Amino acid sequence: MEKRILSLLVDNKPGVLSRISGLFSGRGFNIESLCVAETKNPGVSRITLVTEGDDMILEQIQKQLNKLINVIKVIDYKDKPSIYREMLLIKVTAKPNFRAEILRIVDIFRCKAVDVGPEHYTIEVTGDEGKINAILNLLRPMGIKEIARTGTIALARESA
Amino acid sequence: MKTLKEEGVDTIFGYPGGAVLDIYDALAQTDIRHILVRHEQAAVHAADGFARAKHTVGVSLVTSGPGATNTVTGIASAYCDSIPIVVLTGQVPRQLIGNDAFQEVDIVGITRPCTKHNYLVQRTEDIAQTVKEAFYIATSGRPGPVLVDLPKDIINTKINYKKPSPINIVSYKPTYDPNIKQLKRVVSLLKKAERPMIFAGGGIILSGASGELIKLAKMLHIPVTTSLMGLGAFPGNDPLWLGMIGMHGTYRANMSTASCDLMIAVGVRFDDRVTGKTDAFASQANIVHIDIDPTSIRKNIHVNVPVVGDCQRTLTQLNDILQKEDLGNIEKRRASWLQQIYEWRMDQRLAYDQKDIIKPQYVIEKLFELTHGDAIITTEVGQNQMWAAQYYHFNQPNRFITSGGLGCMGFGLPAAIGAQVACPDKMVVDIAGDGSIQMNIQELATAVQFNLPVKVVILNNQYLGMVRQWQELFYQKKYVWTNMTCAPDFVKLAEAFGATGFRATRPEDVVPILQKGLETNGPVIMDFRVEQEECVYPMVPAGAPITEMLLV
Repeated sequence: MEKRILSLLVDNKPGVLSRISGLFSGRGFNIESLCVAETKNPGVSRITLVTEGDDMILEQIQKQLNKLINVIKVIDYKDKPSIYREMLLIKVTAKPNFRAEILRIVDIFRCKAVDVGPEHYTIEVTGDEGKINAILNLLRPMGIKEIARTGTIALARESA
Repeated sequence: MKTLKEEGVDTIFGYPGGAVLDIYDALAQTDIRHILVRHEQAAVHAADGFARAKHTVGVSLVTSGPGATNTVTGIASAYCDSIPIVVLTGQVPRQLIGNDAFQEVDIVGITRPCTKHNYLVQRTEDIAQTVKEAFYIATSGRPGPVLVDLPKDIINTKINYKKPSPINIVSYKPTYDPNIKQLKRVVSLLKKAERPMIFAGGGIILSGASGELIKLAKMLHIPVTTSLMGLGAFPGNDPLWLGMIGMHGTYRANMSTASCDLMIAVGVRFDDRVTGKTDAFASQANIVHIDIDPTSIRKNIHVNVPVVGDCQRTLTQLNDILQKEDLGNIEKRRASWLQQIYEWRMDQRLAYDQKDIIKPQYVIEKLFELTHGDAIITTEVGQNQMWAAQYYHFNQPNRFITSGGLGCMGFGLPAAIGAQVACPDKMVVDIAGDGSIQMNIQELATAVQFNLPVKVVILNNQYLGMVRQWQELFYQKKYVWTNMTCAPDFVKLAEAFGATGFRATRPEDVVPILQKGLETNGPVIMDFRVEQEECVYPMVPAGAPITEMLLV
């Protein structure tokens, strides 16, 4: 089983997302995360999704996606130097003895404290999956109240 | 309506209702023929049968809510078999959508996974363009059903007709022409192969490639098998014909898959009923897979040379290249392979023993003789379907119309009606079982109303025969709810509908009843009381390698 990040350019029309999610559920494929937003062209949306499967399944997923009438293009980021980002909002318990330590971590990870209260910080982090997981692991001992996490988005690097 | 006319539509199978009153009102002002079915499922099966018999696109028109949900089985069947149909459904007015209005259902949502594409039209001025696009999508690439949902308020608004623009869908460009490099790889494999075989499917019939298939087979002396959907793509009386492949395929066709060194698979999708255990399927062969739908390739079976393209164009180009090649003494090279196949054929022929109870196979064989193999045959699903496939030897495409992929009982009679509308001068026969005919028997009224002389041959064994066969073989003969002894008197039933009914109970009645039935004007039901516990053989148990057949 291998993880794969796919980016789909699709018609920005009602029902398109359900065609895609329906395809995955109907054929027993797996969606790990999913991000949708308009592109610079308002008629086109970009869906970035992370999926998993063996070679034959990953090939089938891409072919099936291409077969949908509203899917304009399927981009596979395998073997393409690319930039991946996720964003995490994390509300962490901040007892007096931990407050400085939390801010130090925020500093090291170059993220931001976006909300503060007597008992908590809310921190905004962007980065690839590894970075997000790393900060989560570091903050876990302080007591995590809540998290909200986006899926991965990706763009290929321009070749110089 | 005008768009429909421009798309060349001359016939619609439909059923009116509140949401489509305006369309029906407009329909009356055109010369489009409307066939009033008795159930919306039948409207779609009939459009399916019409499309296949005439090699065109079929159209159904139904109302919102239950009208629309009743079409789902028909749509799913057409989707599995890649049949081009356009289904127009009524919808409640736009302002009521989402309000759980009377006869409202989200049919676009419901049919999303069983249509090639579907639409909810939102503006009156979009109707023409959307309908045109629907026809284009239904008929191009790998064909399939397309549904267009039309809210009532947009169809009762009158606007000036504006001719739709030519279709250009950026995200939908089917590949028709094969990659020439791949074709060259196919040619080199073909030249090397000692024991090649061709496995052809419905794609041959849909693309009209039967002629090219025959040319290829004859040029290189390659034996040909087909899937159920491919029957008729290759003449059933040709010496290179192997018979059907798969669960109820012939011994020689299934044995060939295990010994061939090259399999050219064209217009097939390697359904589980064909392959049996996939690891064991054609395990010694290089497999070439030609199909217009890339998702069909490497979905179930690993292939060595994938070729994405239209079957007709691909085979034509392949034949063109091969004609310029030096193929050597093909006849001599094939002798031992064809001899082996001949031995398999002689070893295990399709056979039955006609004694004092009518054998269903005997009925089909006699039907084949009496119709000179030239009838359009539709079937229901189950044993009747398999015996029809085995004992009616199709020599031409578009003659065998069956619900292959979905396997939907109740298909045969409405499909026969559609085929008869498409081909008024042909003999159309529905080969049915006593179980499945009851699933859409109401369509006899349609046949009577429109004077469509379809003939229904019921192989009446008073069981749901195929399910009973599985219970006999795999469930220790525990016949749980497959006994159908309580059934109508089909002769009287035919008469009640205004059709004609005959019954045969003894073997010597079979030919006279068939003759009488086929000669009688108008719709006819022939009720053949056949051997109750006859099984379809050969049979490959589900999931076993297809060379492991249960023989008679």
